[in-house]
Amino acid sequence: MRRVKWLLPALYILFVLLPIYWLLNMSFKTTNEILGSFTWWPGHITLENYRTILTDPTWYTGYLNSLAYVLMNTVISVSLALPAAYAFSRYRFMGDKHLFFWLLSNRMAPPAVFALPFFQLYSAIGLFDTHVAVALAHCLFNIPLAVWILEGFMSGVPKELDETAFVDGYPFWRFFIRIFIPTIAAGIGVAAFFCFMFSWVELLLAKTLTAVVAKPIAAVMTRTASTSGYELGLLAAAGALTIIPGAFVIYFVRNYIAKGFALGRV
Amino acid sequence: MARISLKNLRHSYRPVPSAESDWALKRFEMTFPDGSANALLGPSGCGKTTLLNVISGLLKPSEGSVWFDDRDVTLLPPDARQIAQVFQFPVVYDTMSVYDNLAFPLRNRGVAGNEVDRRVREIAEMLDLGDMLDRKASGLTADGKQKISLGRGLVRSDVNVIMFDEPLTVIDPELKWRLRSKLKELHRRLGITMIYVTHDQTEALTFADSVVVMNDGQVVQAGTPVDLFERPQHTFVGHFIGSPGMNLLPATFDGGVARFAGHALRLGANPATVPAGAELQIGVRPEFVSFAGSGIPVSIEKVADAGRFRVVETRHGEFSIRLLVGEDMPLPSESAFLQFDAAFTYLYADGWRQGGEPG
Amino acid sequence: MSGRTPNQKAWWLVMPVVLLVAFNAVIPLMTVVNYSVQETFGDNQFFFEGVTWFEQILHSSRFHDALERQLLFTAIVLAIEVPLGVAIALAMPRSGAWSSVCLVLMAMPLLIPWNVVGAMWNIFALPDIGLLGHSLNALGFDYNFTRQPLAAWSTLVAMDVWHWTSLVVLLAYAGLSAIPTAFYQAAKIDGASAWAVFCYIQLPKMKRVLMIAVLLRFMDSFMIYTEAIVLTGGGPGNSTSLLSIDLVKIALGQFDLGPAAAMSLIYFLIILLLSWVFYAVMTRDEAQS
Repeated sequence: MRRVKWLLPALYILFVLLPIYWLLNMSFKTTNEILGSFTWWPGHITLENYRTILTDPTWYTGYLNSLAYVLMNTVISVSLALPAAYAFSRYRFMGDKHLFFWLLSNRMAPPAVFALPFFQLYSAIGLFDTHVAVALAHCLFNIPLAVWILEGFMSGVPKELDETAFVDGYPFWRFFIRIFIPTIAAGIGVAAFFCFMFSWVELLLAKTLTAVVAKPIAAVMTRTASTSGYELGLLAAAGALTIIPGAFVIYFVRNYIAKGFALGRV
Repeated sequence: MARISLKNLRHSYRPVPSAESDWALKRFEMTFPDGSANALLGPSGCGKTTLLNVISGLLKPSEGSVWFDDRDVTLLPPDARQIAQVFQFPVVYDTMSVYDNLAFPLRNRGVAGNEVDRRVREIAEMLDLGDMLDRKASGLTADGKQKISLGRGLVRSDVNVIMFDEPLTVIDPELKWRLRSKLKELHRRLGITMIYVTHDQTEALTFADSVVVMNDGQVVQAGTPVDLFERPQHTFVGHFIGSPGMNLLPATFDGGVARFAGHALRLGANPATVPAGAELQIGVRPEFVSFAGSGIPVSIEKVADAGRFRVVETRHGEFSIRLLVGEDMPLPSESAFLQFDAAFTYLYADGWRQGGEPG
Repeated sequence: MSGRTPNQKAWWLVMPVVLLVAFNAVIPLMTVVNYSVQETFGDNQFFFEGVTWFEQILHSSRFHDALERQLLFTAIVLAIEVPLGVAIALAMPRSGAWSSVCLVLMAMPLLIPWNVVGAMWNIFALPDIGLLGHSLNALGFDYNFTRQPLAAWSTLVAMDVWHWTSLVVLLAYAGLSAIPTAFYQAAKIDGASAWAVFCYIQLPKMKRVLMIAVLLRFMDSFMIYTEAIVLTGGGPGNSTSLLSIDLVKIALGQFDLGPAAAMSLIYFLIILLLSWVFYAVMTRDEAQS
């Protein structure tokens, strides 16, 4: 019975890898070969698709744009969430419970509801088609998430640490930056990871708020699908490349994944 | 009930141990008599929990064997050894009632319904849980939950030995002594072999008939509480047991005479020779040191009040010697002389007592 | 959240967060509410319409169909992902190098942009040239998800299971890791069977984590948009037009601001209500234990 047990995770992982393998398979074929026949791996491996993406500005700027607003968003979300999480963790103040729930409710906001209003709002303040716009828009659900995660980690740090520092004469901000933040470094890592994740994968708002300058890779991909017919090989390569940042990030936080989820705060 | 014997036991957590330090339990032999109350005492990391898990079957030893009476149980899993174990924090099945918790081990073994009922009520009575049987187990306080843990071990009539792994750790101090006395009462009533692991010497010395002191994977001394107190075989036992611990002073050994700072001392056990090159120490407990008209000259440094007696810290040269003085006894003014009670003064070489059993 | 000192100045610390989130949440919502009670005639002329749009939506069969499809989808997806995720977590080794490798591999679908997920499955399921499509047809099934509603639904569900089960696995795994070994040891000594260990130890101790998993999956599947639309475009016909897809069609496609806004609000309210219910149940449970 014990041997058979890990058949389940093994089968599931196989299931997970199958579409990814197929994507990679396609990315190394020419569109002609794809449409012409069905083969398990490329009869003739071509790097043409990848070459196009890495040299054509329309393509690679898509990646750069996406990375730009994701990083911006992560920095903004985590930095603003830190003092707020500290407040929720250490203080009681008027309306704190309701405020916390209101924040969390934004995590439940369907992007579809906000697509059009955001389009109008950000156009009205002249931020349409900028990286900042997408970064700010994603704050809607990433900030509550970051506050939630950080508050969980902060509550695990005993208040005595704060009190000792204050008694020793540390002004609040010095204490916060020099002492407190290093203590919750793991929590910051987890929060940053989830902000990165949700911002990187979300595309409805990213597409709605951009046109040419800040166009994310997703928009480039869908535009290609509709206008120039079905450039399957190219699309596959573009898709394959989007998996790389994710794989990197997972690898770096692999030791913290279980810890972050352990708080049950996703 | 059973007599537990450990033969040639050694355990390492490493698959291929090389150095002596790789062994969590160093080679030893031991027997726990049937129906005895034993304590395994030692600081964290000394191997006592490892030893407990070897006896209970949660761990298979790298070398050696475990015997219950005349059966070799080394390869048997825990549920085949008929043991009970109480852990550091209460382990109860939260979703079940107190009654169902206690009935669980019996039901798993297919015991008939009315027999289960009889045993559960009997044990609940013994543990003062009788009126809580219908309550949900998760609602009890920590000491109540530990009683349930204990109860689950006692319901089975065929229990060979009950093992306790620092069971009072999470209990409130004022309830600790109550649970301790309950354990002692149960032992007297049921006569089951018990093995109790702790790092608290008070718990060990009050609970057990026989205490095994461990340090660094080694059994340092096994004996009655009185033995450990009056005749420590190792300096570790000397300073770990007793509060304050034993005085340890550097010594020399020459022509059959032990000396401290030039003063010859008579010993409780007379060694003929000592190992060459070993570090020699004289050990004597503060209880067996007294002021006298002559002896080792000291100056009085500090006096601490400990209730019925006082702990006086004195100094000879760069060494401090502690002794206990009754609360009403007068103290010499500034300087005085100390005498050591020879029957309880020992010579230690590299920590081990020299000279065989004291006469 | 205990042991906190009362201090109204804490508001300064939360102010930046409140301002930014409110900017993103309140203003657009006000806009939506605005539209939902007005009629527009192109040229920025607005006429107050009261609850007309709400009535229209609540009575429209299109909305009802979309809502039904959405509820069906969410139910199916939850029924598969939660038990499967828990089963996988239970089957995984509790520690060691293998478990790390497993977790990393399983986490990959979670970090793929949602449009790529849709595109990946689109390519995967194409009847002639996709691995799945080709294989199914070769095995004798008549499978074409672009033409057959049932095939489209199955593929959509399979994609969601592929995409999100890992989340449940990670959560359940973390919950399981938090159980001290002493419980398993005690169960061994008590002679408990593997099923009893699951019922009386593992499941109760995973309760909180499982509730979070169910809550998250419920919410997110209720809001699904990008990967679904890239996979099926809402079709064939309307068969896979779930709520978000339908809403975006009306809002951005037809620019019917009034009905779109009314539908948005109803949609949002449904989600808020459900999340509030879950949240209340969760915190009440926490307070009890």
